[in-house]
Amino acid sequence: MISLAGRDILHAWGKFVFTGVGLGLLIGVTLIMAGVYRGMVDDGKALLDNSGADLWVVQKDTLGPYAESSSINDDTYRSILAMPGVAQAANVTYLTMQVRKDGTDVRAMVVGIAPGGPGVTPGWPLYLVAGRQITRSHYEAVADVASGFKLGDHIIIRRNHYTVVGLTRRMVSSSGDPMIFIPLKDAQQAQFLKDNDAIWQNRRRTRANPAFDRPGTPGLLDAVIDSQSTNAYVNAVLVTLKPGHAPDEVAEAIQRWKRLTVHTRFQMEDILIGKLIATSARQIAMFLVILAIVSAAIVAFIIYSLTMDKIREIAVLKLIGTRNQTIASMLMQQALALGVIGFVVGKITATFAAPLFPKYVLLMPLDSIVGFLAVLIICVMASIVAIRMALKVDPAEAVGG
Amino acid sequence: MNGKGVRIEGLRKRYGDGDTAVDALKNVDMLVAPGEVVGLIGPSGSGKSTLLKCLGAVLDPTGGRMTLGDEVIFDDGWKVRDRRALRRDKIGFIFQAPYLIPFLDITDNVALLPMLAGTRNELSRARALELLTALDVQHRALAMPSQLSGGEQQRVAIARGLVNRPPVILADEPTAALDSERAMAVIRILNEMARKYETAVIVVTHDEKIIPTFKRLYHIRDGVTHEEMGEGRNFA
Repeated sequence: MISLAGRDILHAWGKFVFTGVGLGLLIGVTLIMAGVYRGMVDDGKALLDNSGADLWVVQKDTLGPYAESSSINDDTYRSILAMPGVAQAANVTYLTMQVRKDGTDVRAMVVGIAPGGPGVTPGWPLYLVAGRQITRSHYEAVADVASGFKLGDHIIIRRNHYTVVGLTRRMVSSSGDPMIFIPLKDAQQAQFLKDNDAIWQNRRRTRANPAFDRPGTPGLLDAVIDSQSTNAYVNAVLVTLKPGHAPDEVAEAIQRWKRLTVHTRFQMEDILIGKLIATSARQIAMFLVILAIVSAAIVAFIIYSLTMDKIREIAVLKLIGTRNQTIASMLMQQALALGVIGFVVGKITATFAAPLFPKYVLLMPLDSIVGFLAVLIICVMASIVAIRMALKVDPAEAVGG
Repeated sequence: MNGKGVRIEGLRKRYGDGDTAVDALKNVDMLVAPGEVVGLIGPSGSGKSTLLKCLGAVLDPTGGRMTLGDEVIFDDGWKVRDRRALRRDKIGFIFQAPYLIPFLDITDNVALLPMLAGTRNELSRARALELLTALDVQHRALAMPSQLSGGEQQRVAIARGLVNRPPVILADEPTAALDSERAMAVIRILNEMARKYETAVIVVTHDEKIIPTFKRLYHIRDGVTHEEMGEGRNFA
């Protein structure tokens, strides 16, 4: 028996392919939407992976440092280092801001890293794609390539100028902003640095306070002013563990004895993915559902239209003795062929379009497989409407009168 | 070869029931011998289409008896079970418009029926080619329907109606869309094929050009058939 579906497709292949391409673009958008979600999750995981930490020690009762603000004293890490099971502990600051260069600016997460080195001190970028790590105490930066900065570029963070000495890749915040690493002291200063007028006003207020400007204690006012102009806080302490120590146990000990909140890697993933990007994820999920429904409706409409165009032929086929099963099979095969063409076009479109998006779009093979199966199921479901209509066609319609 | 042609006795068809019932066919008797071509004529609403649909096994009569070839297909409420197979194997259809399947070439349009009946593709195509040759359209065997003239398409439709060697062919206004010359050619071919394959052919028509060509005519009026002798004029 010849393939009626195949012959019909070959006969009007241009119309069929163009329809498939149109459907493919819609499927491509759906795949990209799924990729945007995967990219967000991957950005969150990359942030945790790149920090190189097993535990995040943050201000008590906060979900910091990524989901909530957290502030702890920068000498806290010393006492944490003394806790059993702790291998390394290092201060870190995070500040999302506009980093300027030559009159333009880039949204970035500025990360203050403690003195040390990659693989030894948590928080340092583990791999560079160009240049070197930070070696000076001030005014050097390592930037993610997504920032667009190049080696030797001079960038401005607050009022200070930094030279980009190294470039790294896939070091991004949970919202996909590229990271820029600078020395911790510079970052601490950047977090609280005020303009000159504000500093002057603050000093004037302090000086006007009789409690600080006592005639009998001449050094008190200077000490208070000094303490106001320095920042002794960081956002978190990143902790790595010695082999053989369970994260939960060490976290429990730090929480109990240091009166701080400690998040394990598992908890941080839950915070980032379950809380920080949850709303965005639901938003994207809604888009996905809407796109899937729209795709299904379009496929159904296309198959319905293709069937309507053939209603007389179907009546003739039924009149001359074609089985319903043969007609249903023809329509379903066409729907599936349309789905396959649409998926191939969609996959190619998504693959080539994904790098053009400003944020990371992660197209996972599993999503493609699930998407392919979903497209086939949608096509089968959509063809059922057309098949029901075709089977209702009375063969008598082919006979006059 | 094809048994006893078509025999219809006291066929009735009623649409609806109660006060709204309409008797489309009241008492239809017909007898068409193998190899014979008869005309079925009558005004609009006389019951021609209803009779054609009953004969074509797409509409159930209310009463009476129908025999195609040597098989009773309807007998006072009893009807043959697999009407799809009946239409495929025992009845050839030719329509006013050829209604060829636009996505199949000419050979496969004709070969489709035996293929549907389970005949191997090669054998089906060989039978199709034999008929296309008999109808002098073998040179267009690989063409698509849209590439054929109206007359050629109608000849292909005739080939499709004949390909399964049915005992009866039902032709519904087969010349309505053709000019006189082509209309006469179609009737000539139908007569030749009917004789060659011993097929009973019933031609429903309004076409004044071809009515004189029938040796026998059935005139249907108000659901009742009347047999008339035709002129049986030679084809031009």
